[in-house]
Amino acid sequence: MAFQIILNFVLAFVWMFLSSNYTVTGFIVGFLLGILLLIMMRRFFTTRLYVYRIWAIIKLTLLFLKELVLANIQVLQVVLKPKLDMQPAFFAYPTVLKQEWEITLLSSLITLTPGTVVVHVSDDAKTLYVHAIDISDVDEAIAAIRDSFEKAILEVSKS
Amino acid sequence: MNVNQMIEWAAVILILIGSIVSVISAYGMIRLPDVYTRSHAATKSSTLSVLTCLLGAFIYFWVHDGFVSVRLILGILFVFVTAPVAGHLICRAAYRSRVPLAEGSGEDELKPKLFPEEK
Repeated sequence: MAFQIILNFVLAFVWMFLSSNYTVTGFIVGFLLGILLLIMMRRFFTTRLYVYRIWAIIKLTLLFLKELVLANIQVLQVVLKPKLDMQPAFFAYPTVLKQEWEITLLSSLITLTPGTVVVHVSDDAKTLYVHAIDISDVDEAIAAIRDSFEKAILEVSKS
Repeated sequence: MNVNQMIEWAAVILILIGSIVSVISAYGMIRLPDVYTRSHAATKSSTLSVLTCLLGAFIYFWVHDGFVSVRLILGILFVFVTAPVAGHLICRAAYRSRVPLAEGSGEDELKPKLFPEEK
């Protein structure tokens, strides 16, 4: 991925030298032409195009912002309810992610999403222990939500 | 009312939302029963309130003074990176020093894992 980005920058600079246009506009035009060239030459790369990965990162960010707003609405409901009748609990969540940065990202995202805070990561990094603020109805829904996060992270990290 | 004024009002509303959310967060800190549930209120709400306040300030300075403050964006980024880690570490330290859960808690799958000698 880094190789493709560097190649794109080099192509942009080559375009600037060719057109003797050393401005930001010239750079942007060269960069876009470079992306076109990379798309045309994509069967010579061993990994997929970096454009897809950046798109996956943008989608993950949007998903995260949506979940953050939902989490705050849920905290609002819990705090302002006249009777505190939630049932907090710890549950284990087995993860399929392998690399450390993926697990860190997943735990940060889980911590900032509705009703869950990561408390412990097991030593073999295969299980996350999560504290849920209300276990009664959220358990299934949370599994679905975090499957979407895990899928989005896998989408970012696949080569 | 031109476009600039409308964008300034959007910034004002963002800052208002941020302060309301932080008040809710503080109220949750008082009301919730134990460390773990309080950390829910502390991590999520404070992150969103800081996000909206700094974004409102950023938009205001941009539209009103024509000054793009990259430091505010960096502040948002740093809070996003550090707030969940802080919540996680406080919860973890509390659990390891055996802070009890609130009454009426459900099952605890972590206890046999961390303290296998008990129960």
